[in-house]
Amino acid sequence: MESTLAAVLDRAARAGAVAADAVMVESSAFAAGVRLGEIEKLTDARERRIGLRVFVGSSSAIAATADLSPAGLERFAADTVGLARVTAADPVAGLPERAALATDRPDLDLWDEAATAPNPDDALAKARTAEGAALAVDPRLSNSEGAEFSQDASTIAYASSLGFAGSYRRSSFHLGVEPVATADGGMQRDFWYARSRHLAALEDPAAIGKRAAARTLRRLGARRVKTQEAPVIFESTVAVSLLGHLAGAVTGQSLYRGTSFLLGRLGDTIASPLMTVVDDGRLARGHGSRPFDAEGLPTRRNVVVDQGVLRSYLLDSYSARRLDLTSTGNAARSIGDAPSASPTNFYLEAGAHTPEEIIASVERGLLVTELIGFGVNPVTGDYSRGAAGLWIEHGEVVHPVEEITIAGNLLDMFRDIEMVGNDLEFRGAMAAPTLKIRTLTIAGV
Amino acid sequence: MADQVRPEEFFQERYGVSAGALERVLGSALARHADDGDLYFEFCTTEALSLEEGQVKKANKDVSQGVGVRVVAGEKTGYAYTDDVTLTTLESAARTAGHIASGGGSEQAVAVRSSRPERDLYALPASALETPLPTKIALLEAVDKAARAADPRIKNVFASLAIEEKLVMIATADGRLVSDVQPLARLNVTCIAEDENGRQQGTYGGGGRQAFSFFLDGDRHLRFAREAARQAVLNLDAVDAPAGETTVVLGPGWPGILLHEAIGHGLEGDFNRKGTSAFASLLGQRVASELCTVIDDGTIPNRRGSLNVDDEGTPTSRTVLIEKGILRGYMQDRLNARLMGVAPTGNGRRESYASAPMPRMTNTFMLAGDSAPEDILRSVDRGIYAVSFGGGQVDITSGKFVFSASEAYLIEHGKVTRPVKGATLIGNGPDVLTRISMVGHDLQLDEGIGTCGKNGQSVPVGVGLPTIRIDGLTVGGTRA
Repeated sequence: MESTLAAVLDRAARAGAVAADAVMVESSAFAAGVRLGEIEKLTDARERRIGLRVFVGSSSAIAATADLSPAGLERFAADTVGLARVTAADPVAGLPERAALATDRPDLDLWDEAATAPNPDDALAKARTAEGAALAVDPRLSNSEGAEFSQDASTIAYASSLGFAGSYRRSSFHLGVEPVATADGGMQRDFWYARSRHLAALEDPAAIGKRAAARTLRRLGARRVKTQEAPVIFESTVAVSLLGHLAGAVTGQSLYRGTSFLLGRLGDTIASPLMTVVDDGRLARGHGSRPFDAEGLPTRRNVVVDQGVLRSYLLDSYSARRLDLTSTGNAARSIGDAPSASPTNFYLEAGAHTPEEIIASVERGLLVTELIGFGVNPVTGDYSRGAAGLWIEHGEVVHPVEEITIAGNLLDMFRDIEMVGNDLEFRGAMAAPTLKIRTLTIAGV
Repeated sequence: MADQVRPEEFFQERYGVSAGALERVLGSALARHADDGDLYFEFCTTEALSLEEGQVKKANKDVSQGVGVRVVAGEKTGYAYTDDVTLTTLESAARTAGHIASGGGSEQAVAVRSSRPERDLYALPASALETPLPTKIALLEAVDKAARAADPRIKNVFASLAIEEKLVMIATADGRLVSDVQPLARLNVTCIAEDENGRQQGTYGGGGRQAFSFFLDGDRHLRFAREAARQAVLNLDAVDAPAGETTVVLGPGWPGILLHEAIGHGLEGDFNRKGTSAFASLLGQRVASELCTVIDDGTIPNRRGSLNVDDEGTPTSRTVLIEKGILRGYMQDRLNARLMGVAPTGNGRRESYASAPMPRMTNTFMLAGDSAPEDILRSVDRGIYAVSFGGGQVDITSGKFVFSASEAYLIEHGKVTRPVKGATLIGNGPDVLTRISMVGHDLQLDEGIGTCGKNGQSVPVGVGLPTIRIDGLTVGGTRA
């Protein structure tokens, strides 16, 4: 791969690029799905693609291709340079400073060789066990959207005309199940899943199934509640989405474009003192970990929000220059796109309370377990989403709730975080424990 | 018509895979006791230009190619894909996918006969990819100027032009070799408005299976720019939206996303075969007021959701989903149609060669009624009038769906008064259309911006709606 990257950079230079960088990803993936105990799906995939960014003067262009033949690469490099010649000059654009490039290559334990050798029988057994365990919990679990085990292996290589060249491998294993329950004419679904970088670390399939079953059953008999203002607890699975909105607001491109509700707030108190949010690109086995970023800069640990104070944005070189700051090592790029800032492992630090204690603290309010829709305005932070969950009276869950919305503004919501759970758990690159917000508007009947 | 690309020749030349080789590979894939299967070849070129701060600083070009081999046996699907297309990788993919079927069997070549789609819903004078880049850049610069000129409070403009041309060739188990050239173009404009009270954004855009000239027709690009600017400025003065159940009037066009979320997904064949949709077993029953007739139609010329053939090689069609309130049909791909004992409706779609097809919508809309839109508004004492939306989502099993308004107003005593902040509307799919009490005569299809996601696959879709009145829908504002 490194020789292919060197070749494409060389062709770009000969076509007239003053600087260039390229990324190449080679991946294979396998998935096995079952439904109601029977095999439903087997998928096997192989892909290999290259993405090139070139600079001509201070104009740039990006292109991607899967055609890696010598003639194909020649044409590809020349076309990309041609494309750069028509775009407007951008004096801020360019590769990072050479001195900032990563010199270390930490082993972040992201690779399990098992990812390259799928075992269909074992994969199907895991999926069957997870689904079987779910459906065995209760006769009301009479149907299923199935269970799926999947794994993928990829090698990511990056090289630039600054002389940087590096690569790393990542593996990922996933098992998820989605049972369906029926009672009194109503039907509900929910799901549970596990994900890990190492096959042996993947949670027990039966445990995943049982948790999926419990999550589905507790939704049966859901009803609406009256429109009101009340405290709202976000279960850890949905608290993560609030971190997603925060991440979107602190990434460089949303700041220099002026599309972030956190514009100009660096150093301000933007959240409750209970809120500390960290972005750490080097967590061992992390789902968002990488030894260097998409521009060859070292990844690192950035405290984004420290006890409520906004301490750092997440930046790549370009957005950093636009904002007169320095890159935080957060450049990411999909094969066919320019680098832009993106979180790595982005999490809300755990607090002191068990989820049960948080529920017990609510006299009358909502525990949200699922959110749907896209009703978040990134420019203003205005928030309005569809919700389902459990209603709490006198500190206890009394019945499931559905067909309601919760609404507020993200800045108010961050400020109004009253309790943070101790249940931080990574099932992806973003993670948050259970958290309680003082009050939100609930719209129902 | 300009020089027409011939996908069959293109793929043969590019990958050196002859018709005879195709027949052998297909035969090898289907050797065991398979019920169905196909080879899906794709070559897709995408070009994107984006403007910010008045200049096009970003240009992307992406060429993706690959082949997906599918074998279906009963309810089981084996799928293998690769972007390294050679006879060797094809044969290997065919064997891998074929493992899904059980039992022995001999490898017999499947004879395939070429067939061109009987019609061309998107015969264009020229591919938008051929339009010179400086012309496209000039279009984006004109958009920027128009948006800024629309109001001094417009502080920034982002505009992007994305053009795609997809060549596909599908060899099916029943011996057809179908090919198509699928163009797609889209122009998007986002404006940021700012005044002493704050900032807001407005977004507008459109496109379809169209040539570049589509954007210049009647200065469509400038209209998009002004619409985005108008919406951004309007939202600066928006008041908090009410919270709770109220009467909702939806404007024509893009608010048809209601249909897509509330009933569309629930009427896709897979969920109904599996019995996991809230609409399963409601065929022939009343699911909407008798004012409602809802259609999914993949055959409207040049629409974003239209296709000559679906991604399984089945010609697309016009499917009546709901007729005068009665549920009449589901949208089907080959697998679910076969298992449910009905005909495929040409709704088998996939994002790319890397995905197996499944039942998806094309262009989904409600037929016009006979009310005047102004009478519909006048009939409402208190409520919300929503004319533009962001995205939506549905839980097909519980039937609960949402869609989020990005431009909405209060209705007070039959008059449209103040703009309200964006809010999510939530309802119950099998129930919401029964509350439709008035349907306007002003059916409009959307401008061509919809992208639908399902199981991680995105496909372009269209929606349409006349002005309608819904007697009670929950509005997720902050004013309790």
